[in-house]
Amino acid sequence: MMDGHNRLPQEQDEAAPHPHAGVGRRRFLGYLLAAPTLAVAVQLGEAAAGTAPAHAAPASLPELTRLFDFNDMLTDAALPTSGLITIQVHADGTASFALPRAEVGQGITTSTAMLIAEELDLPLEKIRVTLADARPELLFNQLTGGSNATISTYTPVRVAAAIARQRLLEVAAEVLDAEISTLTVRAGVVTAPNGRSAAYGSLAEKAASLKTVRVATDLKPRSAFSVIGTPRNRVDALASVTGRKQFAMDLQVPGAFPAMVCRPPTVNGTVRSVQNVDAVRAMPGVTDVAVISTGVAVRARTFGQCIDAVRALKVAWGPGTAEGESDETVLRELKAAEVPLAVPPLHVLAKTVEATFTFHFASNSALEPNCAVADVRQDRAEIWASLKSPIVAKEKIAAKLGLLPSAVTVHVTEGGGSFGRKLFFDAALEAAEISRAMGKPVKLMWHRTDEFRQGRTHPMATSRIRATHALGKVLTYEQRHTSVSTDFGHGLGEIITASAARLPVGDLAFSETIFTLTQQTPYDLGLHTHFLNEVDKGFNTGSMRGIYSPNVRCAQELVLDRLADEMGKDRLGLRRQLIKDDRARAVLDKVAELGGWGRELPSGMAQGIAVHPEYHGVVAVLAEIDCRPQTTGRHVPDACTGPRVTRVVCAVDVGLAINPKGLEAQMMGGIMDGIAITLTSGLHLKDGAFLEGSWDNYFYTRQWNTPPELDIVVMPPSSEKPGGAGELAVGAAAAAVACAYGAATGTMPTTFPVNHSGPLGFEPLPTVPPIPQSPTDGLDRAY
Amino acid sequence: MPEHTFILNGKPVTVDVEDDVRLLWVLRDVLGVTGPKYGCGLGVCQACTSHINGKAFNPCSVPVKSIRPDDEITTIEGLPATVGKDLHPMQEAWLEHDVAQCGYCQPGQIMAAVAKVKQARATGREITEADLDEIRNVCRCGTYHRIREAIMAGAQHF
Repeated sequence: MMDGHNRLPQEQDEAAPHPHAGVGRRRFLGYLLAAPTLAVAVQLGEAAAGTAPAHAAPASLPELTRLFDFNDMLTDAALPTSGLITIQVHADGTASFALPRAEVGQGITTSTAMLIAEELDLPLEKIRVTLADARPELLFNQLTGGSNATISTYTPVRVAAAIARQRLLEVAAEVLDAEISTLTVRAGVVTAPNGRSAAYGSLAEKAASLKTVRVATDLKPRSAFSVIGTPRNRVDALASVTGRKQFAMDLQVPGAFPAMVCRPPTVNGTVRSVQNVDAVRAMPGVTDVAVISTGVAVRARTFGQCIDAVRALKVAWGPGTAEGESDETVLRELKAAEVPLAVPPLHVLAKTVEATFTFHFASNSALEPNCAVADVRQDRAEIWASLKSPIVAKEKIAAKLGLLPSAVTVHVTEGGGSFGRKLFFDAALEAAEISRAMGKPVKLMWHRTDEFRQGRTHPMATSRIRATHALGKVLTYEQRHTSVSTDFGHGLGEIITASAARLPVGDLAFSETIFTLTQQTPYDLGLHTHFLNEVDKGFNTGSMRGIYSPNVRCAQELVLDRLADEMGKDRLGLRRQLIKDDRARAVLDKVAELGGWGRELPSGMAQGIAVHPEYHGVVAVLAEIDCRPQTTGRHVPDACTGPRVTRVVCAVDVGLAINPKGLEAQMMGGIMDGIAITLTSGLHLKDGAFLEGSWDNYFYTRQWNTPPELDIVVMPPSSEKPGGAGELAVGAAAAAVACAYGAATGTMPTTFPVNHSGPLGFEPLPTVPPIPQSPTDGLDRAY
Repeated sequence: MPEHTFILNGKPVTVDVEDDVRLLWVLRDVLGVTGPKYGCGLGVCQACTSHINGKAFNPCSVPVKSIRPDDEITTIEGLPATVGKDLHPMQEAWLEHDVAQCGYCQPGQIMAAVAKVKQARATGREITEADLDEIRNVCRCGTYHRIREAIMAGAQHF
């Protein structure tokens, strides 16, 4: 293991304190590009590498994640091969940067603009961050996932901005007739001691390079930061609140009419025949009908007429990939595949705690459904969609169309949420197929009901745990996670392929590798093993904000509560006793203090607490829940009410928070997801089909489930570098809510969401036709 | 095709489209007004929430034939003009509290918020936490807490 780690490229640790300023500071390299105005470039990844020094946990066997984790792999994957990313300074005084990542709400266009503003000394509002088209030359370095975007771009983006500033100062020195060292910059204006000044805009053309040259620069020390680490509002906020923010379906691409697909009644069913193509093609507004690999596509003047056409199609369907399957059959399959627990030799006084948890299928659907615009011609194709793996999308679309990848242009649009869903490009591939089949541009959108029934799911899983303890100590801890197969076919797999030879993971399968690289245990649990085993590739699966962590963390924290109870210890006290590192202890203490751990609550209300380390960060969550009958019995029409989380306190340490306000937003979202997956959000599988078909069937957190009290604390910086944030809070929140629920009800929950086994809270929509008609009573419900 | 006339964001519009096409598609696909978003087409997620004669409604659930020529339809694009400003106070509050994440549901959230505040006032009181609990708009990014804060703040200013 250590050898594998030591072979990784090392960076001089910028994080180390520099008692002698300027001594030993690393110079970063980049390029001045030949361009009409100033353009600078750096290699994405080159400057960003580097992993924390290896160190073993004191008592447990060292976990691989502490030596080299998933984010190190994502960061490392790009090193030798990446292309250049470019910042341009324009004559109007603005700077622009096309970010090779997807913005899906997580705020990276804002945090990236902040990095540029910091190093360039230009106001945030003068920086335009757009999303780059698919750029195959970036190879693995255009994947947005694993909460890695900020980790992997933090240094390269700053280097590019610093080189731009340096070049502008060089030119300013000539223009202002002053020594470069005497110049000051404020808000994009360079001022000389003689009082003369020049704005960046006036220097941008003079600063342009005639040829591409390599240059070196320094970065600002953290002590000089005035933008990084300060709370900023999102750069796209105004566009969002005015409705001007453009998502894929808002684009006006000439000739791209709405399209939808009539989908099978069971998961991945197939088209045998269509009885009424001509009749449907003759319906009002309808222009085309075509059989494709996933169903029958229709194209019409409006989506409303697409819905009419989909509902009118008479299709004979063949079986799918999960025919006859139900929650019960999948659970049996999982149980049969569990890797046995291997009881190690026990202390004579040891006692055992055992538990098995079931996590049902869940939907990672965003509010913006799967969608894409495609214009496929004989010799070329153009695609617009929110894509977190646009290079793989481009390659797969090219292969499907029989075109060279260079003939396929893939534009990355702003995304209306992702949560794992947009790692895949299902709609882009489908839109391309439809446009090719119809010979016309299309604007493809999935119906909401399709999203739940044929969309990606978080795979159903079980987690079996056995822990032993004696004399107030945890001796052993084994966790066997068994899951329906998670699809990593969006490019993570290719990264692993590329990285595998350099990874200390031997010949583990892709998903086992990801499990091993992502699952960290914050506690010293003695002799500790955890394994993943997977079964059944019949479902459309994918990551869902946190991949395995929310389930694994939830199970572990519930068992910790059991251990604490058996050992006669306070639940927080045991965690404090076992916690491995100081950052984790600090966030745990912070939420315990702010949340008033142990405070008196009425019977039926209780607290839960959990801590989760991942993505070079750590978060703790304290949740209070109300399970009293007057609360669980409250009625909201067509809603799932049940227990209510009344208060959440969260403390987060991501090392260095670029934008604390954005980080708080990510924590807030993660907390709402955690509440959902623990209490209400799950899919029911029956006879090869998921029963849920609308947001009033699939109970994601709504206002009536939102905690009235929510406090989020961003801890002071604990590192010179940022960690990941997008997924971090889900596991801790899910676990804290589960622990609170167990404490309030006196029974440890073992099935998630906890309402899954109860009576179905809705009347399932029909599966034929596959989508419901829109209501007509909207005016009656106006308020 | 039948013609339908109504007032959209202060201006009369006429469209040629079949009677039963829901207003959401008339706005988005025929008129190119894309502030109201599709999130379900079932009157559930409320992402398309707009106003008809000042009341919140879901255009996905109203056939265009049900709209009268003198009905005033306001989408997020037309909200500021209802108070004669560049931004409605509720939008200002949204900016102040940095509510939006992906932003997809936010036009609908803001239109619902304005109507909810007015609905409470119509019964002679200001909006309460209990009213906020009734808001059905889905935010899959989970910005609910900031939405609540922004509504309470925005309500102070109109």
